[in-house]
Amino acid sequence: MSFRPPDPKTASGQQNGAIAAALDIAGVSHSYGKRKALSDVSLRVRPASFCVLLGLNGAGKSTLYSLITRLYGAQKGTIRIFGFDVNRVPSEALRRLGVVFQARTLDLDLTVLQNLSYHAALHGMSARETKLRAAFVLDQAGMTGRADDKARNLSGGQMRRVEIARALLHCPRLLLLDEPTAGLDIKARADILKHVRGLVAEAGIGVLWATHLIDEIEPADDVVLLHEGKVLDRGNASEVAARAGAPDIGAAFNELTGIAGGRKSCDRPS
Amino acid sequence: MRPAVLAPPRSEGFGLAQYARCFNGIVWREALRFWHQRERFVSALVRPLVWLFIFAAGFRSVLGVSIMPPYDTYVLYEVYITPGLVAMITLFSGMQSSLSMVYDREMGNMRSLLVSPFPRWFLLTSKLAAGTAVSLAQVYAFLIVAFFWEIEPPSPWGYLTVLPALILAGLMLGALGMLLSSLIKQLENFAGVMNFVIFPMFFASSALYPLWRVKEGSPWLAFVCELNPFTHAVELIRFAFYEQINFLALAVVLGTAVVFLAAAIAAYDPSRGMLIRRLHVH
Repeated sequence: MSFRPPDPKTASGQQNGAIAAALDIAGVSHSYGKRKALSDVSLRVRPASFCVLLGLNGAGKSTLYSLITRLYGAQKGTIRIFGFDVNRVPSEALRRLGVVFQARTLDLDLTVLQNLSYHAALHGMSARETKLRAAFVLDQAGMTGRADDKARNLSGGQMRRVEIARALLHCPRLLLLDEPTAGLDIKARADILKHVRGLVAEAGIGVLWATHLIDEIEPADDVVLLHEGKVLDRGNASEVAARAGAPDIGAAFNELTGIAGGRKSCDRPS
Repeated sequence: MRPAVLAPPRSEGFGLAQYARCFNGIVWREALRFWHQRERFVSALVRPLVWLFIFAAGFRSVLGVSIMPPYDTYVLYEVYITPGLVAMITLFSGMQSSLSMVYDREMGNMRSLLVSPFPRWFLLTSKLAAGTAVSLAQVYAFLIVAFFWEIEPPSPWGYLTVLPALILAGLMLGALGMLLSSLIKQLENFAGVMNFVIFPMFFASSALYPLWRVKEGSPWLAFVCELNPFTHAVELIRFAFYEQINFLALAVVLGTAVVFLAAAIAAYDPSRGMLIRRLHVH
């Protein structure tokens, strides 16, 4: 009995030796009953790049993340992670993926290390591998000293750092983060953003960072503007702003969504 | 926080050892959770003991049980209902697993499980096995207490021969719980499971009274009891205590377990989208 999945080269894998995009979403649509949540969404995240998925609450960001992580299947379109189709070869796609969901997903009754060990088991890692990797990712996240603390005793920022450490435990090449700084103070937000940008620069991980906070975007970042389930524009933040004839990405977003001046515009937290 | 270069992804596919690690991890987590919720263990033990010490003692003189398989002599009512109480522990444990899956879904922990690269059928079956292992611990704790109440199988081998029956019954009822967890929208709806699943299953069965007695009072209720898979779980356990196999009960429990599990796996299949509303938060 073989547990090996199909050869990636014949199952939506790399073609002609070309390096596949870290994430390639093409023509994805999804509805909840009659309500359309996503409409013909396409985007690409390059390997070792930081891409921001910018949208208001209810824009469809979490739905898109649920489809990428195959919590449920896309009704239309394809999603590929490093060339592996999430619906056709989910094992190969998901093992290259680390996820930090918007809702906290740590088991509060377990210690930090136990949470990591559980995640490692869910990726088939050996005890030795787990020990080494857990020490590494906790050190990387500055959480070594809290390894034996119960998750419920951590602050919001520390929980997030542990969730990021956990998402990196199995060496993913693509990291999805769904509003990871929501509810955190300014310092914790800055720490986490810096940490994740460091992973892109030094570890070569592709990152898709969903947010509604403009100040988390840098001019050189790739940006995808998502509004009411549709991609309004995508590309380098400076280019998107220029195309919209706006001074910056925040103004561009407000311009493109037609909500300029309103309280509903993307937040610039104080 | 200090970023550093990570190792490249490991080779493709999963071997048997990795499947075993995943399985062990899921069982270990369920055991840890059970250990952290010791009150759950106590309440799981107290419930059948109340039935055994109070209900059965009170009804001992009212409800005599005549000779019927697997018994070859008259037995005390406490002896008769012990397999039913064992099955009750398994039933409550299965429903508790269902409750914890709904809780996990609401708290987000379920996502961690479902985004694992292992096949979803394997993850769900492992979770089911983990829940069954927990129910076994509860059953044997109950049997130890019952032993000191002088309720025991005819030979010590009965404790061993009942094990496969307990595992099968645990898998069947756990799979039912898993299926229910995919249908329950919110934790608050769980009370409905108590009213519409647990109580009817338990009372419309041979757990508390033999079917021939039910038939005397109400033939149609006896018919319902015969259709109830829980009745067959009880009978499978009852016969196994006496080192016997009730083949009808075995076939029904096995078949029902397979059907419930297949339905639960289908309900959690991403392409069917039955979980969309349940998992969708924003």
